[in-house]
Amino acid sequence: MTLGAGTTLAYLAAAVLFIFGIRILRSPMTARAGNLIAAVGMLVAVVATLLEFKGDASTLLMIAGVVVAGSALGALTAVRVPMTSMPQFVAAFNGVGGGAAALISFSELYKLSQLPLPEQNFVILLAILFGILIGGVSFAGSAVAFTKLEEIAFEGSVTFPLQKVVNALMFLVAVAAAVNLLIGGPMPVASAAVMLGVSLLLGVLLVIPIGGADMPIVISLLNAFTGLAAAASGFSLGNTVLIIAGALVGASGSILTYLMSAALGRSLSKILFGAVAAAGQEEAEAHDKPVTSGEPDDIGSMLANEADSVIFIPGYGLAVAQAQTAMADLMRTLEQQGKEVKFAIHPVAGRMPGHMNVLLAEAKVPADKLVDLEDINDEFDETDAVVIVGANDVVNPTAREDGNSPIAGMPILNADHARRVVFVKRSLSPGFAGIDNPLFYDQERTMMLFSDAKEGLEGVTQAVKNQG
Amino acid sequence: MAAELLSQFVVLVLAVALGFELISRVPSLLHTPLMSATNAIHGIVVVGALVVVLTARETLTMVLGLVAVFFGTVNVVGGFIVTNRMLEMFRGGGRGG
Repeated sequence: MTLGAGTTLAYLAAAVLFIFGIRILRSPMTARAGNLIAAVGMLVAVVATLLEFKGDASTLLMIAGVVVAGSALGALTAVRVPMTSMPQFVAAFNGVGGGAAALISFSELYKLSQLPLPEQNFVILLAILFGILIGGVSFAGSAVAFTKLEEIAFEGSVTFPLQKVVNALMFLVAVAAAVNLLIGGPMPVASAAVMLGVSLLLGVLLVIPIGGADMPIVISLLNAFTGLAAAASGFSLGNTVLIIAGALVGASGSILTYLMSAALGRSLSKILFGAVAAAGQEEAEAHDKPVTSGEPDDIGSMLANEADSVIFIPGYGLAVAQAQTAMADLMRTLEQQGKEVKFAIHPVAGRMPGHMNVLLAEAKVPADKLVDLEDINDEFDETDAVVIVGANDVVNPTAREDGNSPIAGMPILNADHARRVVFVKRSLSPGFAGIDNPLFYDQERTMMLFSDAKEGLEGVTQAVKNQG
Repeated sequence: MAAELLSQFVVLVLAVALGFELISRVPSLLHTPLMSATNAIHGIVVVGALVVVLTARETLTMVLGLVAVFFGTVNVVGGFIVTNRMLEMFRGGGRGG
């Protein structure tokens, strides 16, 4: 449909605000303003739409009711989410967006199916189908990601026999429904409903086999999907602001997905379809080899007396134990004794890209102490002590040395190059990839502190203070 | 119709190119807020959902549209607020150091 000039210009303004908002998200100082600017862009687009398509009073009233309810739910959830749970709530907000795109596409198809065939445009039909498929996958996939991360269901990597066959069959059904629609076959609305149903199933099937460590990738990918679904629904509605905003998000989500899978050293298709590494494989033998274990006092005195430079390596276990503040306290205590402390952040340290940075920022660790993998890896050789909390796979030297390891090729932090290594860990159980870590058994170098991350770090902090 | 679709395609490709250009320069420090902000931006589907509701002639499309408006609003409002909360901490952390 043709929009009024005022609306088109308002949409243009909204698009510019989105672009400028994302542009200044690059710097921590201006990022907050960038987010607000994008929000203003959203408001402009919504108001322009309401002014363009004047509805009658009852429709507007219904819209108002739904908007108030949606805003209340969104806002209440958003102010309550703890930072550790951020990934699942980003997934949830992402999923409802994908669901909305699928519903829009579906209702556009319904409208189109009422028209005689010659008036149905092939390209628009394609956009509608794409919107239903990708939107549906994003909705259901995000829902599964949410339940995984919230630890409600589908934890770990869930697989069943013939999974790939089932996936392929589902995909074929979707293709059949799509072809039927495109050639103007019978029962278009029913075909679209089948398409929607299959896309929801595909979303579930796509995400259930993916284990915890690969979650950052899935979340980026689903974010990109919802962006693309929004762009597709923009095509079917002839609405440029949806196309622009959707394409921006599709592009950003794709880049983050690429960066994350590069950080895991595996291709996207391997992560999505090569499910299950070696879960549990070596667990049995892991407990038989000797390790050097220490008490908080031993570690405190080692840090106080033998270490001038210390690097902390936080993993998701730190967040699970809510030990970010305890780690920040240890940092400040060591700094008071004149030691240099840095944090090495692996790209997949949290459950979404950059998650660990957010968690440490919450604990008031200055951003300039958080160093990326590429920038810090050469420093381990000159580092006296490394303290690894709640991380395992990202410091596992087998990734570098054993070509047959399930995590072979994954870039790791060279913690094993430091003079002393401390692991704070509940037990010797392997990480998400289920691979034993030879660094545990390096009795000369490594000290294991078997403890809850928070209690362990508090104990070490106290011990360092006593030494000082 | 064809000309309109073509110009929309031009807009799409330009927006994708711009998206790549904008995002590849964001430091990894800010990846989570970035993702959360773009997550809120794809809540633009709320505009599409409003169009569906305001142009609906049958109950079915009206209901589908209203559900989509609800979903879209949750996406937009939740997304922007959560991003703002995260970015507030980054500023605080920077000052505290």
